[in-house]
Amino acid sequence: MNIVSILAHIENVDGEIYERLSPRRKAMKEFFNFGSKVAVAAIPLAFGTMLKKAYGQSASPAVIGVLNFALTLEYLEYHFYNHSLLAAPGLIPAGAANGAITTIRDHEKAHVDLLTGAITAAGGTPASFTYAQFDFTAKGTFNAVYSDYPTFLAVAQAFEDTGVRAYKGQAPELMGSPYLEAALNIHSVEARHASHIRQMRKAPGGGGVDIKPWVTGANDSGVAAAAPVYAGEDNVVQAGITITNINGQDVSVNAATASFDEPLSRTQVEAIAALFIK
Amino acid sequence: MKNLREQDQQEFLQKERNIFTSPLQRRSFLQFAGASAAGIALLAAGCKKDRDDHPHTNDGSVTLDFKNDFGILNYAYALEQLEAAFYVQVVNTPYASMPANEMSLLTDIRDHEVAHREFFKNALSTAAIGGLEVNFSTIDFGSRESVLGTAKAFEDLGVSAYNGAGKLIQSADYLTLAGKIVSVEARHAALIRDLISNGTFADNSVVKDNGLDTSRAPGEVLSIAGGFIKTKINVSNLPS
Repeated sequence: MNIVSILAHIENVDGEIYERLSPRRKAMKEFFNFGSKVAVAAIPLAFGTMLKKAYGQSASPAVIGVLNFALTLEYLEYHFYNHSLLAAPGLIPAGAANGAITTIRDHEKAHVDLLTGAITAAGGTPASFTYAQFDFTAKGTFNAVYSDYPTFLAVAQAFEDTGVRAYKGQAPELMGSPYLEAALNIHSVEARHASHIRQMRKAPGGGGVDIKPWVTGANDSGVAAAAPVYAGEDNVVQAGITITNINGQDVSVNAATASFDEPLSRTQVEAIAALFIK
Repeated sequence: MKNLREQDQQEFLQKERNIFTSPLQRRSFLQFAGASAAGIALLAAGCKKDRDDHPHTNDGSVTLDFKNDFGILNYAYALEQLEAAFYVQVVNTPYASMPANEMSLLTDIRDHEVAHREFFKNALSTAAIGGLEVNFSTIDFGSRESVLGTAKAFEDLGVSAYNGAGKLIQSADYLTLAGKIVSVEARHAALIRDLISNGTFADNSVVKDNGLDTSRAPGEVLSIAGGFIKTKINVSNLPS
């Protein structure tokens, strides 16, 4: 975790973060000196304490709940990819595919670290999951998840598209909190991942699936079991305005559904995640 | 001695802040800013005499007043107008030997951007700014490199604009709507990046070490977009 980057990011939200951290910047210096002496694993805790001091108050239980919900999903994604890279030799082709999965794994790890730090900062107790606590076969639905590359990518797509919908659904819950912008910045990263995973599935080696980088209709994944991930994505009415052929433009039903991603409620996402948690 | 130490600390912090402005982004910013001197007029809050909600003015200019959600939605509407106009021309005048797969994807993106543009127009109704006149003189629509390079810049810009605007939105419904659109823009951005160079869908020019995508404040976004817009855009109550 790059703490300085996080501080710089918080500065975008709160231009006075450095002043809040220490009016005379002495504590900042002390913190960095401290940070250089402690193990990396200890940093999220120390960082959290520092942030809590900076904002001088704890976040509401509701906000902490949202952040822990997000953290659980990030652990799910992180362990899913990390295991594929470390413990499923030959699953992911060397070269571009391995590079892409590594990039995505690293982002999910960064999200885990960031959320852990943020929850601690807010005075909450961050969730924590090991690989052993997950069942990525979803109780047998995807038995080949770590032996068949196209199956692995199909599950990856479901996770990424779920992640996008989950963050979207929680944005209103974070309004007015300093965590909204970071959540939005994670949200669009998950969408970039989803777009790329869908392209990987489209490639011959990934299964040659007829699929686009964007979500078309109620379940374009080709996997019946993924239906809950795409429930409601066939919506063509936004804020009461019908998007199909809007104002006489040639906007097909498919384009109308694909041009807007839909949110999922926390309950809907938790039901999906529960399939993969032992 | 103490002053010197403080100065060191300041410089250190300043340097770290610059992490967010990668050399690449900086270069493209300068490129865009230099593309056209016309386009954008950033007016300090309070300088503008006409403070009513009517976004149309006699000289053909439009006004984005960030005092409320209408201003932010019009800001999004302006960006969607720019993107839609770009992709309409990309599809109308395809670059040399455009493969069928790329034509199909770029046509999809055109349709999405047109849908976004028309959505904002209808949602804003009488509060909507007028149609913007674009200036694509710096784009070579016959060149794949020029078209995809511009598409990448527009998509990444759009993602950062929505990400930066989220905290300014007062209505939960509008925040959700912005969220519905920004993730589609991010899907576009990743695809365009992969068309240019596979695997760059979320590289460190946009997603930093902490796993966070880029945010840009409206002033910065409009400075960049302004290079492609002929219509004068007046801005008031610009958030810092």
